[in-house]
Amino acid sequence: MSHKEEFTLKINGETKVFLAHPMERLLDTIRSDENLTGTKEGCGEGECGACSVLVNGKLVNSCLIPISQVASSEIETIEGVANSESLAPIQKSFLENGGAQCGFCTPGMVLAAISLLRDNPAPNLEEVKTALSGNLCRCTGYKKIFESTLICSQMEDQQ
Amino acid sequence: MKKRSFPTRVEGVSKLTGKSKYIDDLKFPNMLHGVSVRSSVPRGKIKGVSFKPGIDWEKFTIVRASDIPGKNVIQVILDDQPCLASSHISHPGEVVLLLAGEDREEVLKARDYVELDIEASPGIFSIEDSLAKKEVVWGSDNIFKEYTITKGDVAKGISAGSQVIEGSYSTGAQEQLYIENHGVIAHASDDGSITVWGSLQCPYYVQQALREVFSLPPEKVRVVQTETGGGFGGKEDYPSIISSHAALLSYKSKRPVKMIYSRAEDMEVTTKRHPSMSHIKMAVDKKGKITGLDFEFFLDGGAYATLSSVVLSRGTIHAAGPYNIENVRVHSKAVATNHPPFGAFRGFGAPQSIFALERHMDVVAKKLGIDPVEFRKINVLKIGDTTATGQSIAEEPGYHELFSTVDELMDFSEKSKSFAIQNKKNPIVKKGIGLACFFHGAGFTGSGESYLASIVGLEATRDGQVVVKASSTEIGQGANTIFSQVASSALGISEQSVIVARPDTSNVPNSGPTVASRTTMVVGDLLEKAGSSLVSTLRTTGFLGEVYTEREFFEASGKYIDQFGSLKSYVQYKQPPGIKWDEENYQGDAYATYAWAVYAAEVSVNTLTYETKVDDFVAIQEVGHVMHPTLAEGQIEGGVAQGVGYALSEKVVWEEGLMKNSQMTNYIMHTSADVPDIRVYFEEKNQNYGPKGAKGIGELPMDGPAPAIINAVQNALGSAPHFIPMLPEDLMEFMEASSES
Ligand code: FES
Ligand code: FES
Repeated sequence: MSHKEEFTLKINGETKVFLAHPMERLLDTIRSDENLTGTKEGCGEGECGACSVLVNGKLVNSCLIPISQVASSEIETIEGVANSESLAPIQKSFLENGGAQCGFCTPGMVLAAISLLRDNPAPNLEEVKTALSGNLCRCTGYKKIFESTLICSQMEDQQ
Repeated sequence: MKKRSFPTRVEGVSKLTGKSKYIDDLKFPNMLHGVSVRSSVPRGKIKGVSFKPGIDWEKFTIVRASDIPGKNVIQVILDDQPCLASSHISHPGEVVLLLAGEDREEVLKARDYVELDIEASPGIFSIEDSLAKKEVVWGSDNIFKEYTITKGDVAKGISAGSQVIEGSYSTGAQEQLYIENHGVIAHASDDGSITVWGSLQCPYYVQQALREVFSLPPEKVRVVQTETGGGFGGKEDYPSIISSHAALLSYKSKRPVKMIYSRAEDMEVTTKRHPSMSHIKMAVDKKGKITGLDFEFFLDGGAYATLSSVVLSRGTIHAAGPYNIENVRVHSKAVATNHPPFGAFRGFGAPQSIFALERHMDVVAKKLGIDPVEFRKINVLKIGDTTATGQSIAEEPGYHELFSTVDELMDFSEKSKSFAIQNKKNPIVKKGIGLACFFHGAGFTGSGESYLASIVGLEATRDGQVVVKASSTEIGQGANTIFSQVASSALGISEQSVIVARPDTSNVPNSGPTVASRTTMVVGDLLEKAGSSLVSTLRTTGFLGEVYTEREFFEASGKYIDQFGSLKSYVQYKQPPGIKWDEENYQGDAYATYAWAVYAAEVSVNTLTYETKVDDFVAIQEVGHVMHPTLAEGQIEGGVAQGVGYALSEKVVWEEGLMKNSQMTNYIMHTSADVPDIRVYFEEKNQNYGPKGAKGIGELPMDGPAPAIINAVQNALGSAPHFIPMLPEDLMEFMEASSES
């Protein structure tokens, strides 16, 4: 990619400047340029959700978004979810309730659950099912992911 | 369930925080990217390769068959599959050439400038055409393997029945669809050794394959498993291919080479579940007792033999199901076609034959006008009965209780009758309920475990930890966690003090492949023994008393290490006495033990849209001791979801041997929005094998869903297809055809 431009992004609270082709996938910016490899690539086609991140609080598939489209935005990836001492409540709930198996869908799934719980702190099962439907998981059959999300929503300080 | 407390997943925190390193998360200095140049035709002769202008070919490393230092073969069971095709093409996507370069995009572009000149010849793509030898594409007769199991006298058994009912059944291919695609990084170093890091299930299989390709002794080939994003059997044998390819590119370029498949490439060329065909003839007497079963079973193995003979073996042994039938013949063949080779996928041949048998049980029950559950109750195995291979069942499977539990949980028998009345009032949506009754043999078949002779080790460190050494891989199923549980309880120390070493052939012994639901039961059992022997070593030397605290344990191990240098315990598998298996005649104790199960599904079939919705699903199984309820339920729930997809949505569309729907948009697995509720129950009665009595469970949940669901459709509509997958368009065709006839 020859023609490069400067883009400023805030990733997990830190402002970063990237010299990149405007069509560079946000996924590559995050994984290759920034070396935040928690965000995964499962299909590169917007189908699996393994590459999910939050852009200005909204859940997106980073494999479909060119960097130019998110210039000056705030990006949250899985690496920004826990603080240095402890897991976020949603991560704790996934850990305790078997929400992660192979772990490959997990970063995207956790961000999808966070995005749901921010909008709707007390979802019902149907709302959880709908909110996570852009994130495929081949290991769990989803049941433990639903439970992890619902149990987290019932905990005191979920976010 | 009793209140016990269970450790959380050992590697859970690092997975949940994004810190786990999967293969594509690793970057090595000077690393190149490798791609494969593949045949687009299914069958033919390679005439030549040309590198078209427009690319600076100097910039790329090019590997062909002639660059292979050892044998041009992918070692599995028979050495029939080349590492790189040099003269013939046997399936679409077969690799002829390898390319590596600095930039992945550039290598992908260069690939388009390589032209393969192949003189195409006609291929065959069905079991029927292969059996009919429409073309002979493998050996002299297209047959990879053939088995016959005989019990009693099948001709006599068939004539003893008051009715003989025949049926033919078929199942389609299925993609494992782990969310992490295949990938490896290989490095050939100057001293002639090879190291491969990758997403894989069986490090020692890959080591063996690399040794053949490079003609190297084991100490020169190191294979390391990186965190693996799902396998389900799909990463059992294929990693040998991609690893050999990446290693050849590294050998030639003298640089590390990363090879990661795209989703489409992964779906098109890597192994899938074998398509199958079954013909069943079953004779039943007036009381509903099966007097004879004649079962013909066929698998499409694809272009090369790979693991097909073993998959066929499991399918063949499971074909007669958990029924006590006096006269049985199961005859099976795995045949060659020009599809990419099929391979391991959770269940390994059993889901195919179990689908046929369990569908046939309902077809027969309907013909005879008996309740399908009653029909099964008359015939199920009880303690002391013998299976088709003549294995005497040493524990009570408890099927009658499993059936009662289904009734309690779902109102099964009530619904199977009341739906018929309800359906009359509702012309569009028809409700139905159905079940499948099955068993799954845990561990390797017959003498497989003795041949493997797996080894597991435990080593205490000076800084107060014990390390588990095994090549069994964590692929999401929870092996790390189970191992740390088993070791901690055998050693009498906390789970936090147990470390599970990363599978790495230079550092862990060969505990066998991570397949066949054997990791907890077989490898876990060895680990338990290694733990007890380590403790007894400490006691014998007087460093440790009968009763001890964790601190005392590590003081003792510290003293022992000071005095003797190291504290280790390695245990090798020995076949328990009394197990007999005749490989020649397929007679005897096929498996050390079995998990016993009844799965039931309630469905709604929309007769306008032809959509089938699973409204409720209950999975009940007797699996011995449940080591870790959360992990065990997770295994069953995940397997059932894959089974529901196998039945209703996951269809591979073929064109001249190539998968046409190689995307997640058009090959449909369940999303969270459409997965049914899956209710899982365990019976923990027969605790005779495995650590603390835990039997294998990984593959079990794949066997039951498809027949249970299609049997429920039969309950709803009066008849149902004899095939899966059954997508709406397939059901439409079926219903239109049956209304015509
Ligand atoms: S990688 Fe982006 S949706 Fe699959
Ligand atoms: S945990 Fe493996 S894909 Fe979700």
